[in-house]
Amino acid sequence: MPVVCHEGQSVELAEGQSVLDALLAQGVPVPYACRAGICQSCLMRAVEGQPPASSQQGLKETLRLQNYFLACVCHPTENLRVALPSAQELNVPATVTGLRRLNAEIIELTLMAHAPLDYRAGQFIAVINKDTGQGRSYSLASVPGEEESLHLHVRRLPGGRISGWIHEELRAGQTIEIRGPAGDCFYVPGRPEQPLLLIGTGSGLAPLYGILRDALARGHWGPIRLFHGSRNAGGIYLRNELRELARRHPRFDYVPCLSGPDISPGYASGRAHDAALAEVPDLKGWRVFLCGHPDMVQQAQMRAYLAGASLQEIHADAFQSNHAGAAS
Amino acid sequence: MNDPTTATQNATLFEKLGGEPAVNAAVDIFYRKVIADPRINTFFFGVDMAQQAAKQKSFLTMAFGGPHHYTGLDMRRGHARLVQMGLTDRHFDAVLEHLGNTLRELNVAAPLIDQVIAIAESTRTDVLGR
Repeated sequence: MPVVCHEGQSVELAEGQSVLDALLAQGVPVPYACRAGICQSCLMRAVEGQPPASSQQGLKETLRLQNYFLACVCHPTENLRVALPSAQELNVPATVTGLRRLNAEIIELTLMAHAPLDYRAGQFIAVINKDTGQGRSYSLASVPGEEESLHLHVRRLPGGRISGWIHEELRAGQTIEIRGPAGDCFYVPGRPEQPLLLIGTGSGLAPLYGILRDALARGHWGPIRLFHGSRNAGGIYLRNELRELARRHPRFDYVPCLSGPDISPGYASGRAHDAALAEVPDLKGWRVFLCGHPDMVQQAQMRAYLAGASLQEIHADAFQSNHAGAAS
Repeated sequence: MNDPTTATQNATLFEKLGGEPAVNAAVDIFYRKVIADPRINTFFFGVDMAQQAAKQKSFLTMAFGGPHHYTGLDMRRGHARLVQMGLTDRHFDAVLEHLGNTLRELNVAAPLIDQVIAIAESTRTDVLGR
């Protein structure tokens, strides 16, 4: 099996073992989160040897050409000498410009990057604590051109190190680091008449709020239907802003959904994707965006497809665990 | 350069079928047939659909004679769990049936369908772990 060398330490990969697992077993502190080749936390660079193309999927061309790869999905066929990227190679400093409570669990973190960030609403960036080196990815709710700053919805996770740090320690004026953007869950211009279905739970609203406003700003005129779900009314946020958008844009329609036992006027009862598919049973020709709890996303993907949506047109938030409750 | 006989033939088949857009159109129809078929859909319960769709796309790209990275060993490893669950020729035949019907729905010419089926057929022993 191929050998991976990091700072003079060599380890032979076991059958089926990823570069990430081999290095972690050696005590190399490689940051990681999703272990699925998505979040890009475990980005590394091959200084010698060629990483397999499958470990470079989703990386920017400039990074691919420099032999960056994702350690968690890297199963090399040749020996590699690898290095962890230094912070200054990839990270961009950003100043905290605001922290606003959206509901009991979620705050909006507003950042001003020190260098312009070329991103699409709905993509994600990693927020990095410089002191610990730990990072976590959050979807962008802001829209380039609409807002100068970056907006993230950060849910406080039990035992979550990054979300705890953001909720309890970060203050406006502090400088942190960000990395990215990445991800392909965003509005695709070119078909302004196409109906769009947006389903989110919890802080999965963040990318949808960005995608929705991006679509409207780009002159989308087909129907846009947003279903935001939570257990109880306390979990629904940005309700006034969304109602105002619905009032101004007759083709946009917003349905907050409560899956818990409470019944409140102005809310649909039941899970967001159940409500959405009950109202739009035929999704042929629709573009569908799903963000939030992984169980919801997985079920809704299948049901949207069976309801006629094309696989190519079902976008799922790649970075789901933020919204779901996996500790970090 | 590539071996002129096999490489050109494969490229030709992939091109004749319409390349990647044709694969995408076919995956949509093919995978819908597969997960609607009670003979085989139990093998797909509980798996992540996006990952599964990506796998179907790789499989169809290969069967269409397109660029792919599959090896026989990948096929073996990828299906070992399903073989343990009872994957047999009967299930493999059902998948080929859906593949053929998908291509007929897309009005692909019969000789090309035969070529696609032949490529898919060539994976049988690896898929079934024999």
